[in-house]
Amino acid sequence: MKMDRLSLPAKIALFVLFGVLLFAVAAFASGNEAVSGAVANAGAEVAQSAAHLGAETGVAWWVWPTVLLFFCFILGIIAVLAGVGGGVLYVPLVSGFFPFHLDFVRGAGLMVALAGALAAGPGLLKRNFASLRLALPVALIASSCAIVGAFLGMALPTNVVQLCLGGTIMFIAILLLVSKNTAHPVVTKQDALSMALGMDGAYNDPATGELVQWKTHRTLPGLLLFIIIGLMAGMFGLGAGWANVPVLNLLMGAPLKVAVGTSKFLLSITDTSAAWVYLNKGCVIPLMAIPSIIGLMLGSFVGVRLLAKAKPTFIRYMVIGVLLFSGGKALLKGLGI
Amino acid sequence: MSETVKHSGKTSPEQITYANMLFYGCWTGLAIMVVTYTLYVTGIITPHIPLQKVPLLWSEPVGTYLELGVVPRGWGWTALIAQGDFLNFIGIVLLASMTLISYIPLVPAYLKRGEKGFALMAVAEILVLAFAASGIVGGGAH
Repeated sequence: MKMDRLSLPAKIALFVLFGVLLFAVAAFASGNEAVSGAVANAGAEVAQSAAHLGAETGVAWWVWPTVLLFFCFILGIIAVLAGVGGGVLYVPLVSGFFPFHLDFVRGAGLMVALAGALAAGPGLLKRNFASLRLALPVALIASSCAIVGAFLGMALPTNVVQLCLGGTIMFIAILLLVSKNTAHPVVTKQDALSMALGMDGAYNDPATGELVQWKTHRTLPGLLLFIIIGLMAGMFGLGAGWANVPVLNLLMGAPLKVAVGTSKFLLSITDTSAAWVYLNKGCVIPLMAIPSIIGLMLGSFVGVRLLAKAKPTFIRYMVIGVLLFSGGKALLKGLGI
Repeated sequence: MSETVKHSGKTSPEQITYANMLFYGCWTGLAIMVVTYTLYVTGIITPHIPLQKVPLLWSEPVGTYLELGVVPRGWGWTALIAQGDFLNFIGIVLLASMTLISYIPLVPAYLKRGEKGFALMAVAEILVLAFAASGIVGGGAH
């Protein structure tokens, strides 16, 4: 890929990006008076304030980020082998077994899901496994609702969110257990809304060498379900691949490869809107968020290479077991048990 | 989109542009993150919150973290960009901005083909993401 292949609008957009970065640097250089005032004495204040929380934890600061890096590396491998996104495993497991508050786990979970989706997006789009035309209307609904979901998640008491999270995770485990996706669903008639939105296309299947044509049906109920999916993605910081795929494949009739590809790409849009809410609320602590992102990305690369040798059925059942366990733990935590 | 492009399995030009922008942005963001995180944890750049104090704060609700850590909300972090911990936000923000940026070329591309509905959807998505990014909706925390 070369820079000169980018079209003029793309170059303009990159220019805007540099503008945003320059703005950030300028904002820093000029200094926001109120914030700068706070910053001046911040070191001493932070040390003083943290003293209110008691003595040191007794564990060196680098221990948990290091454990998290390796944990997320393993999680990345398992997620790829099981065909689920990282966020759906990350949030219940890290909130259950690490000392981080749920607010920060959800913030990091969204960043993890976002980074994975952004990394996968280009390849899926270029091979036509992700369809921009299918994603655009769906993404608009889901990302708007993800903002509302993020607000709900931040406004509700932590134990209520834990309870809902536990229930959702157990529901996902059951969904994974019972749902049987179809490689090529039969769509006899494309509905009017699907035709109006141009929700059809074709891709070259490398496995068979065939050109697979596809179109969708039951578009309106499918779009309506993305309201709920967006809300849940924002509320729990989960990503929502587990819900996108069945809706796109089983309900709307997109071929499995298009459903999986478009779902992964959709996460990059849905999770962006929710991630911004968590970012603006201060729910991203770099010390724990960055090892999570890097660990999961590295694990995903290894996972893709192991995919050919692994036994997916065993991994699938293992993940269902882990989800049931971590969902149950979140439920108990929510109940204060 | 013309029928020939739609059903030939050939990827549309705007989809290719989107993919290229995502590719560059994502990997740049991740590379920046690795560099800034290294600068942060090695202590080369002093953080706003001392490293040994972070474990005391990350088990508390975000409101407590913001208050005791003297951490600003919204885009207030830009004033702290020279601190080791907040330097990491450059990579994080780049990742979170890539979708919005990649959507921009879609608007003229769809308008050029007379697909006003899709152009409008792209504009609406840009506005939704810009609204989320603005921090207007980012105040308050429990």
